[in-house]
Amino acid sequence: MMWYFLMSDAFTFGAFLISYGTIRFSSNGWPDPNEVFRTFPGVQGEMPIPLAFVSLMTFILIMSSVTMVLAVGAGHVNNKKKVMLYMFFTILGGIAFLGCQAWEWTHLHGEGAWWGRNPFPNADGSESSTNFTNFFFTITGFHGFHVLSGVVINIIMLIMTWKGVFERRGHYLMIEKAGLYWHFVDLVWVFVFTCFYLF
Amino acid sequence: MDNVHSTTAAGHGDEHSFDTKLIWKTFRVLLYITVFELILAIAYYKFETSFTNRELVKHLLNGVFIVLTLAKAFFIIAEFMHLRHELRNLIMTIAVPAMLFLWFIGAFLWDGDSYKNLRNRYDRNHLEQSQQKVEKKEHGHEAAKPGVME
Repeated sequence: MMWYFLMSDAFTFGAFLISYGTIRFSSNGWPDPNEVFRTFPGVQGEMPIPLAFVSLMTFILIMSSVTMVLAVGAGHVNNKKKVMLYMFFTILGGIAFLGCQAWEWTHLHGEGAWWGRNPFPNADGSESSTNFTNFFFTITGFHGFHVLSGVVINIIMLIMTWKGVFERRGHYLMIEKAGLYWHFVDLVWVFVFTCFYLF
Repeated sequence: MDNVHSTTAAGHGDEHSFDTKLIWKTFRVLLYITVFELILAIAYYKFETSFTNRELVKHLLNGVFIVLTLAKAFFIIAEFMHLRHELRNLIMTIAVPAMLFLWFIGAFLWDGDSYKNLRNRYDRNHLEQSQQKVEKKEHGHEAAKPGVME
């Protein structure tokens, strides 16, 4: 059933990203992501290379996806200790990602970007509409909310593992389902990353 | 919980349990693809002004990004989400509806583009306004000011 839920969720995200694409295709100008996303926490001014921070975020999320697979793998051989260890790292990764996103939002808000406000001019120097920031905050916000619920689910799974629920049940299928959800969140990020930061 | 157990256990054929090596290999592939994408994006940004036909280069680059993104999506779904190792029927019930996205994306982007062209042709005012340059705002920590639009 998890697969079918994820399908419906995929269409929700798909609708968001495609409406973003439609609006972008219907606009004469659009802000340049390389100009917008070029700061890094703790570094004064601008980074010599753009997109450094979002690369770090992508790396964190993919890394936590790997630890999730490892947790599922450990569940297959009923290794409670390893499941707990890898679940812990996965949760850590999720929290780190959320922290990064919180920083980025705060920073962009500080620059004057928010729903309904867009300080960044279009790439060709013309005045931009608020479409860019509206879509950016809505879609990354929706994704961030998924990450948050994923972290909560993973924490519940960790507690259940710790209490020995799955051990008594004899299998770790719930870890597998939580894992599916977590990978899906990672998968969506791959598309969000491409649509907002690379194009 | 009983039916959960039976359905998923049936779908799994636990013999080929998790191959840790394969997982790390998938991870490395994903990492390389992402780094490669970033190198392309940064290279384009650095040499943007030296291209004579920037539009074409950017379009080609976007095509490359789409292919690489789909490759990443495939690896995540097939290996991390383990779909490649599931029953064929499950794979099909997921993959076939996902094909709807092809129409979905194609139709809507086409519509957006058509709307832009129609509007530029019949609403000269809109076209002129969208070509007007604004003075480049400094965006740094101090120069933060709300950009009032509307």
